[in-house]
Amino acid sequence: MAITPENLQAVKLYPLGDKAIVVEFGGEINRSVHQRIRDFSAYLAQYPFDGMIEQVPAFTTVTIYYNPALIPTQKGISAYDKLSSYIQQLLPNIADAHITAPAPQTIEVPVCYGGAYGPDLEFVAKHNSLSPEEVIAIHTEQEYLVYMIGFAPGFPYMGGMSEKIAAPRRDAPRAVTPQGSVGIAGKQTGIYPIETPGGWQLIGQTPLLLFHPKRESPSLLHAGDMVRFTSISEEEYKQRKEQQHGS
Amino acid sequence: MGLKILKPGLLTTIQDTGRYGFQKDGVIVSGAMDRVALRLANLLTGNQEDEAALEITLKGPEIFFQEDQLISITGADLSPTIDNKKLKLWRPIFVKKGSVLKFGTPKLGCRTYLAVCGGFQLQKALGSYSTYLRAGIGGMHGKALQEGDNIPCKGINVTASSVLDELNLKQTADNFVQASWAPDPAYLPSYEKDPVIRAVKGPEYELFTATSKSNIWNNIFQVTQQSDRMGYSLAGLALALEEAKELVSSAVTFGTVQVPPQGQPIILMADHQTTGGYPRIAQVITADLPKLAQVVPGRGIRFTEVSIDEAQQLYLEQEHQLLQLKQSIQIKVK
Repeated sequence: MAITPENLQAVKLYPLGDKAIVVEFGGEINRSVHQRIRDFSAYLAQYPFDGMIEQVPAFTTVTIYYNPALIPTQKGISAYDKLSSYIQQLLPNIADAHITAPAPQTIEVPVCYGGAYGPDLEFVAKHNSLSPEEVIAIHTEQEYLVYMIGFAPGFPYMGGMSEKIAAPRRDAPRAVTPQGSVGIAGKQTGIYPIETPGGWQLIGQTPLLLFHPKRESPSLLHAGDMVRFTSISEEEYKQRKEQQHGS
Repeated sequence: MGLKILKPGLLTTIQDTGRYGFQKDGVIVSGAMDRVALRLANLLTGNQEDEAALEITLKGPEIFFQEDQLISITGADLSPTIDNKKLKLWRPIFVKKGSVLKFGTPKLGCRTYLAVCGGFQLQKALGSYSTYLRAGIGGMHGKALQEGDNIPCKGINVTASSVLDELNLKQTADNFVQASWAPDPAYLPSYEKDPVIRAVKGPEYELFTATSKSNIWNNIFQVTQQSDRMGYSLAGLALALEEAKELVSSAVTFGTVQVPPQGQPIILMADHQTTGGYPRIAQVITADLPKLAQVVPGRGIRFTEVSIDEAQQLYLEQEHQLLQLKQSIQIKVK
């Protein structure tokens, strides 16, 4: 649901230190709160205020970094207070003008499931009394919502995974999780953009580069995008990986 | 041509004032741990204050100068020398081609900054020279400096012509010439071994027990050996939430004091992740980050509370002092 005068009652503003203000749109993770975050974030991206450095949308919050020295204020009023009243005025205006973010993009993420690419596919299957093929079918069936990017460059926190394929984290994290690994931890599924240690159950690997510093937008996915996984063969994986890394 | 790294030291990286605009993509800010020292090192060599410089940690490198350079060393005193002669901090130094810069015993502080006039001839990654080790971008090939690295320099330029004239007039047999002046010490950062660090309450402060809320302000926390550019792991009285609560991940920043379930706080530093899910009990004020960046593992810190208004006022004062320093330095350097 878009930002409306009614749901603005739930909005809270608070500081994160002397250079950031947090706009909290609700207490829990859900699509309605996410939509308001998307709308607000899209507005800020289009109309940044003087002194704004950048913004970080998350599950329930948008954190805005700013330079207090560049926020024009009167004597006796702090940059935080000034900004806080600015946002309090801005939110109802966004609601009144029915400003909404552009429609989300759906991005297809090809995955080579199982084998050396997904060493924990068997575990996830056994844990849920399913066959590996059934796990793949369930994993590729849904569209996943990217709530936010964090933890590592380009790492998407996604919602929408079926509980039928949920699995606990590994007891001992792997020292190295290869770039592009697709994993499951609890009720979440994720993709490792860079090689890193990790405790997720790995079910496959994508040839796509989720993080590429030379791309105009270094992260392939953005908060608000929809992700659809598709199953590809090892051969196709190798081909697409070569194309990706060659370009 | 440029600076040749004979020995890399403990951790020597290229940093500037940080990589902004990509935190929404999960790309960390990085940048100098002590931004004030980095900015002053640049100003003292005639550079823009946000130019890249070397950040040198505790055990310094050995650097061979393949051409004449105008440098400045600021931040921690890690006993820099050329030909066993001590170099002074916080001033321009002309270094002759063929010299070797070494570092000795750390005297005060943890991180020193070495700027060269003109800056380094490197490529920016996502708008910044800062080294992002985990993603392997920025700096020299996205890595800490290695033995044998050759950092290309743009070379001495006209932005430092006044100070170069001044140093050229000095007669010396040494391989370096130091300016006889330095900025007023009253305006320079003051470092302490066990500093008091000012902080504001964090977003989840009220979720902590009354004892924890008192303990965070009234005790000394040791900066443990598990402390680096990502964060300082502290050891002290354990802090706890009133009731266990799974928090929703949200943005965290340089100076965020978060408390994992085991109860020992972590202060996030320059290489912090963009988001986190631990309760944030406090947030170090921007004006005290340089002081915090210079605390050597093993030493202690104590937090003291200030309001947001005070924190922003202190930040504005610090920036104002830096502006005054900048003007007085530029008169002598340009």
